[in-house]
Amino acid sequence: MPLRVKFASLWLFLIVFGAIYAKLDTGLFDGKLPLQNPNYQTNGFDVTTGTFGTGTPIESMSGAHWLGTDAIARDTFARIVHGGWVSLIVVVVSAACGVIVGGLLGSLVGFVRGRVETVIMASVDVILAFPALVLLLALVSIFEVRNLFVISAVIGVLSIPAYTRVARANSLAISSREFVTAARAIGTKPSRILMREVIPNVMPTLLSYAMVAAAFVVVVEGSLSFLGLSVQLPTATWGNMINQARRDIKINVAQVLWPSLALSVTVLSLNQVGDFFQQRSAVRGSSL
Amino acid sequence: MLKVVVARLVRLVGTLFAVTFLTFGMTALLPGDPVNAILGVETVRDPAVIAEIRADLGLDNPFIVRYFSWLGDAFTGDLGKSWITDQQVMETITQRLPVTAELAFLSIILALIFAIPIGVLGAYKQGKWQDNASSAGVQVALSVPNFIVGIFLIWLFAVKLGWLPASNWSRPSTDGIWANLKTAIMPASALAMTQMAIFSRLIRSDMVSTLQENYILAARSKGLSDRFILFRHALRPSSLSVMTIVGINFGALLGGTVIIETLFAIPGVGFRLINAISQRDIIVIQGITVFIATVYVVINTIVDLLYAVVDPRIRRR
Repeated sequence: MPLRVKFASLWLFLIVFGAIYAKLDTGLFDGKLPLQNPNYQTNGFDVTTGTFGTGTPIESMSGAHWLGTDAIARDTFARIVHGGWVSLIVVVVSAACGVIVGGLLGSLVGFVRGRVETVIMASVDVILAFPALVLLLALVSIFEVRNLFVISAVIGVLSIPAYTRVARANSLAISSREFVTAARAIGTKPSRILMREVIPNVMPTLLSYAMVAAAFVVVVEGSLSFLGLSVQLPTATWGNMINQARRDIKINVAQVLWPSLALSVTVLSLNQVGDFFQQRSAVRGSSL
Repeated sequence: MLKVVVARLVRLVGTLFAVTFLTFGMTALLPGDPVNAILGVETVRDPAVIAEIRADLGLDNPFIVRYFSWLGDAFTGDLGKSWITDQQVMETITQRLPVTAELAFLSIILALIFAIPIGVLGAYKQGKWQDNASSAGVQVALSVPNFIVGIFLIWLFAVKLGWLPASNWSRPSTDGIWANLKTAIMPASALAMTQMAIFSRLIRSDMVSTLQENYILAARSKGLSDRFILFRHALRPSSLSVMTIVGINFGALLGGTVIIETLFAIPGVGFRLINAISQRDIIVIQGITVFIATVYVVINTIVDLLYAVVDPRIRRR
């Protein structure tokens, strides 16, 4: 494994770990774990003591706030760690939808061919005929309440066509291989060939595609958040952090830089790991 | 050739039907009564007025009737009227399209200007440090979303250096071409970044295989200079995939302009779409989505046909 892929994996591990840790902190441990509350305004009015907090908005890096504070004096580091959760969920849901629904559908139509294939691939082509982000925007605008469930469901459903196409292409290639012909010749039931021969061979390629698709999904969610059309505030996402901080770019560019770095490095890492797996599964495919 | 054109056109019509149906269906599914959007929440509800509006919008007809009457109107260029600004959607689009188109074309040109030398260099110095450096740069350029590029361009050229305006748009007709370019260059560059990465990667990989052809060897043995061989003999056959991708990427570009126009407050089609979404102005959302999707589908068809013109092997498939 090349060094850059190792670094990329390490970064992705940190983001995922941070996101789960942050969720455990707010969900299970009621904020008792060592991570600041992402929505706590450090200069806010405290009802119990009757005084204002001592924090200041748009602070630079310090021991108390590792990456400084945002425009309303919330801890940027905590918000970035929490922001990973939204990206993580969206990626996981879209990959799950894509691999399970798209993967099965694509494998099936690539194996059985015929009219089913024509109909399903035609509908896939229609959805892919839209510019992805524009279709997503139009769909998202339908929902009045935009929470994590809605956003990840919409992105998940929109992920299915691309996966279907990839799965079908692989399924087509695999279905014409000797071992499938052999299985047919000894009288194996088609459903069994599909489950035991075709799908297991489609999956590795599809999973490596999922990594590359994940990079795209992170960008798409980031863009939605940036436009204010993803998960509603005050939930921290990298995109909405960037959008909020850019208003104060004349005062402090660092507050834009941190979430931008988090987003870009994550996308870069997903691309690296995805390319790596894609090359490996291509090698596996040719030796099959 | 004629057969290819006809088959592709038939498919185009089919896709357009499906695309319009999907968009219309999607927006028709919108929860909440459109009448509420028009009347506002606070108005006193007069059933007669509501009935009149519903009849006016044709909301009492079955879905399929509404679709075909809408499609018929759309076909004649009538995409309906905004409920909020009372402006014709088609008029909105024709006013704003030149802006978006300018951005898109400028960004493609910028991307190609940088991508061709980078790709050619990578192929020429294959495996050397120039190749490694450019492919690392390409990886990074592919990974930074365009709105982030845009923000840091603003930071550098508008905030720090003060050379360019941070937002707004000057029209070439009223402010002159120079003022127009000054407002267009940053958003176009932000859009161009990803394109450039994709293009240069493609040019490099196509070029690598072209350079192994015999006629390149022949050109070399004739004593032609490397530069002449690279740009005159090798570039043209290596630009086929880029040409297709320029077309296919146009869709991504149209999506990208939505964000970049919002970031730079540019009065293009994409910015209007975002406004419409925040105002829940369904007719405008519907109209712009259908318009963008149609443009995208048509461009893809043209690219497909062009490809068949350039590469005769495709015609026989």
